[in-house]
Amino acid sequence: MAGLQKPWPLLEQKGNRRAAMDLIAKLEILADAAKYDASCASSGTDRRNSLGAKAGVGSTEGMGICHAHTPDGRCISLLKILLTNACVYDCLYCINRRSSNVPRARFTVDEIVRLTLGFYRRNCIEGLFLSSGIIRSPDYTMEQVIEVARVLREEHGFRGYIHLKTIPEADPALLAAAGRYADRLSINIELPSEAGLARLAPEKDARGIRRTMARLRLRIDEAKADDPARRFAPAGQSTQVIVGADASSDRQILDMSTVLYGAYDLRRVYYSAFSPIPDASAALPPRPAPLLREHRLYQADWLMRFYGFSADELPTDRAGMLDLAVDPKLAWALAHRDRFPLDVNRAAREMLLRVPGLGVRSVDRIIAARRHRRLRMADLARLRLPLGKLAAFLVTPDHTPRRLLDAADLARRLAPARQGELFA
Amino acid sequence: MMHVVLAHETDFAGWRTAARSLAPAGVQPQDVVWSVREGADLLAVPAPPPVGAASFSVPRALLELAETAVQARDPERFALLYTLLFRVHAGERHLLDQATDPTVHRVSGLARSVRRDTDKMRAFLRFREVVEPEGTRHVGWFEPEHYILEANAPFFVRRFATMLWSILTPYRSAHWDGETLSFGPGADRTQVPDDDALEAYWRAYYRSIFNPARLKVAAMTSEMPRKYWKNLPEAAAIPTLIRTAQQRTAAMVEQTPMPSRPPRKSAPLPVPEGQPAGLAAIAQEAARCRRCPLWERATQTVFGEGARDAAMMLVGEQPGDQEDLAGRPFVGPAGQLLDRALQEAGIDRTRLYVTNAVKHFKFEPRGKRRIHQKPDSGEIAACKFWLDQELAEVSPRLTVLLGASAARAVLGRAVTIWRERGRAIPLSANATAFVTVHPSFLLRLPDEAAKRHEYAAFVRDLREAARLAG
Repeated sequence: MAGLQKPWPLLEQKGNRRAAMDLIAKLEILADAAKYDASCASSGTDRRNSLGAKAGVGSTEGMGICHAHTPDGRCISLLKILLTNACVYDCLYCINRRSSNVPRARFTVDEIVRLTLGFYRRNCIEGLFLSSGIIRSPDYTMEQVIEVARVLREEHGFRGYIHLKTIPEADPALLAAAGRYADRLSINIELPSEAGLARLAPEKDARGIRRTMARLRLRIDEAKADDPARRFAPAGQSTQVIVGADASSDRQILDMSTVLYGAYDLRRVYYSAFSPIPDASAALPPRPAPLLREHRLYQADWLMRFYGFSADELPTDRAGMLDLAVDPKLAWALAHRDRFPLDVNRAAREMLLRVPGLGVRSVDRIIAARRHRRLRMADLARLRLPLGKLAAFLVTPDHTPRRLLDAADLARRLAPARQGELFA
Repeated sequence: MMHVVLAHETDFAGWRTAARSLAPAGVQPQDVVWSVREGADLLAVPAPPPVGAASFSVPRALLELAETAVQARDPERFALLYTLLFRVHAGERHLLDQATDPTVHRVSGLARSVRRDTDKMRAFLRFREVVEPEGTRHVGWFEPEHYILEANAPFFVRRFATMLWSILTPYRSAHWDGETLSFGPGADRTQVPDDDALEAYWRAYYRSIFNPARLKVAAMTSEMPRKYWKNLPEAAAIPTLIRTAQQRTAAMVEQTPMPSRPPRKSAPLPVPEGQPAGLAAIAQEAARCRRCPLWERATQTVFGEGARDAAMMLVGEQPGDQEDLAGRPFVGPAGQLLDRALQEAGIDRTRLYVTNAVKHFKFEPRGKRRIHQKPDSGEIAACKFWLDQELAEVSPRLTVLLGASAARAVLGRAVTIWRERGRAIPLSANATAFVTVHPSFLLRLPDEAAKRHEYAAFVRDLREAARLAG
């Protein structure tokens, strides 16, 4: 019988209930400390599985899996924890800053390895997202984080997904090791402006963060062009920015994202609405940033990456903010009514992508279908498209929207009322 | 009327064999009745093709769609799929592209529902450990909407190949013994153990990773509908998490904030022994340069590098994409071309000092790329502060100006390259300038013959420069 697995090792320590309770308490502290990192992605890495393996466990097949969803609407794909929430830095927006009074804990390497494997074998997770407060020095911290990944990969043959948080300006040898074991690496840019970072996180160096992203990009590119033996973070790098903790406008944030995507080939920029933390500093805004603002930024980011919009095309108000009441694609269409209506049977793909209510997949299905027949409204209904929205912007042989498109109250009619949910 | 009896609920092979012989025989969809054999089991042999006509090749996309849709819990699925196949055979080769066709629409809907069910099974199945004589077995219970276990089991084999496991569903069960996959009859929930040593940890994790300040219940239930909750150990916590979220958030917001004081730096950074002097000190200072706005979008200052007593200094325009990432001048495509030309001209790059007129990369972001932009005269003037110090420190006999921006920076005027290239231009008593093209100009030439011609001229210029530098 091949590859018998040991039962959860804590069972072997029967009678040692205290150790078990302590580990639960640690898990609670170090998961709570990790939840402000939005990323939980586990897609887009190289494919591997454990067929024919003598030991080890796991597979990755392109698309990651969301194994659970919490009532904050976020998905649980990875075990997202900190190695320790002790930190020598004092970044005011962070729950783990040195001057905060939150309880502290630190996992051993072995504890993280056992939790990861245990959850993985029960099909609870796709893998591990490990980050850490800075203890002793950046290099020491990075070594500890890498050691967890090394033990998982080399001693336990773990083939699941690993995302490691990279400590800016860590030694190049440590970066190389991190990229060898991890699928994804990330460094958080934290705040949209360097002035904001200098004010709220004086120990962090925005330039050092950018330089490390640049180094990661060079290594990721090199690995792509080279043989697979020289593996380096096949799922690329990502970053996160906190929205609403400083005065940056949406336009500044989107400009920053444009620069970051272009310069470092990031897979994703995550936007995290500033959210109140226990034991907060008075230098922070007292109220949380609206989640809807975060949502609008994600929509704008999507439009830039998949719909051919550039940051400066997206309409913002005089203060540089996206409209909270109208999504940015609809806002663009309302501001450019002269470009509509479009004939659904003739319009170019890049213009169809700009129609409110049409996604990339719908556009491609429309283009495939219209090669064979002229599409009418009933056909669009069969594609399960939001006709109410489309009607104002599209022409079909049996429909023309002239009046609708010119209506002064079009915005009010089309902006969905379901936003109550997003404000919640 | 034809009657095809399939071996079991997901007998794709049986359906395909029958359909591939019925369609060429011209059997109309409405003349076939499809059913699944009573008490069907997996070992049954598929029904032999009822009509002995020649089969035909079915488009791959249709087979893939059929393979998925055949798992749907819809008694009409075999007939719908045969309708599609019959029409494709009758000449509608692009039928599947017509997402608006009623039958295509219906079958796509079935396939979509099967895919979603498949995703949910991979996501929400939870294993529990059972200790058996031959080892620990992981046993999971799932209630799929469709007949997806058979098609889905190989995914779990690939992932958990070294474990022993069983997946139980109401209609069938799958078992993996480490080497072979087998299927058995359906089961019920009571055959899975109630709890598992690790579930307390998993529930603790689920509670702790939730952020009460961002309650979005509908976003959760659209991805994890309530019907799955009863088999998810973590879901029991959901009502309490929702109920207490607002109160927890209010408590955080209302809590007296910690006094506002500027955050202090922790331990001061160790000061390196001995202050750097000369070029190193200038480079360190230049790393913090804010003399023009280019620093903001760029990654870093790309300072010059090379021999500090070099007889020849090369000045380019500005760092490009690769130089900006690496922090070193002339390492990208233009740098590689320069290296080749230098080698051909018999010049050792390590004995040169190589720098740029402007030390930050100026670009226009466009999607995943950064498009090079020419620095303007203001930026060149601002950056001359650093170039002058490099020239003073290295004090080269010859300064080779690669392209118009470098020439403007050093000569202080607009220069037409083709008019002034290739000859000595005195700078001072013991310093000479020399103008030639920038290697990126060679890269941009569209015509191969022109490229070869210009490259040869560039190498000639470099030879002449080496001679002048002595």
